[in-house]
Amino acid sequence: MQIAARHLDKITIFDISGDIDLATSPQLRKAVLHELRELRIPRVVLNLKAVRYIDSSGVASLVEGLKASRDVGSRFVLFGLNTTVREVLQLSKLVRIFEIYENEEQAVAV
Amino acid sequence: MSREKMLLRMQLRSDPEMLCAVRGALAHLTEKLGFPEEDCRAVVLAVDEALTNIIRHTYGGQTEKPIQAEFRSIALDEDGLRGDALEIVLEDEGPAVDREKLCGRALEDVRPGGLGLHFIRQSMDKVEFRRRNDRNQLRLVKLFRNKGPQKGS
Repeated sequence: MQIAARHLDKITIFDISGDIDLATSPQLRKAVLHELRELRIPRVVLNLKAVRYIDSSGVASLVEGLKASRDVGSRFVLFGLNTTVREVLQLSKLVRIFEIYENEEQAVAV
Repeated sequence: MSREKMLLRMQLRSDPEMLCAVRGALAHLTEKLGFPEEDCRAVVLAVDEALTNIIRHTYGGQTEKPIQAEFRSIALDEDGLRGDALEIVLEDEGPAVDREKLCGRALEDVRPGGLGLHFIRQSMDKVEFRRRNDRNQLRLVKLFRNKGPQKGS
């Protein structure tokens, strides 16, 4: 998994690529929680377009990000879900709790 | 898919870094066997989650412990499930799994963790845990839908 951060005005966008699994999800979790808990960024956006695979540990990291965002009053937004990622989120029955958009333009819009 | 045939055997270490390689091999195997794309993804997810559970819970995160994975084509006729199928048996040498803890969790409970077993059960047609010769065995079976097996008949 590769993860790169872009910073817009009061928004951090993480461009993530590769596989989010037991080996890599701690890196994602750490990056997301740092932006939310330490930096108190008002909106953290995850670009998942290039994610090939996500497992339950990856979904757990997303849930942690969402909970942290609620704790600090920020928004935690996902976009660019491919079939594989969407299927896993639907299987978890958690897809409804996330703020999900089709593309970056929508994800960063007010 | 021919009947009762060993397809692949893997001797793995309990290292999360090897999960990616297993997923790659299994994606190729299921595709070669002719599973529909959706079922290929389901089998890959189930095996990945099962290995993750062994690494995290049975071996407590130790990365040098052995895991054996066997993949066979079988003719399934059990519990109303009939047809050609892929059978996967994962075996570890950890302490006996507490079956009371194998119930997963309510999905309404929104919190991290506890999803792996749910994913496995949703993805496979048959999931069985057993303890044999001081080893934990997890047997997963996926029916090969393209060849006309009948589920629940």
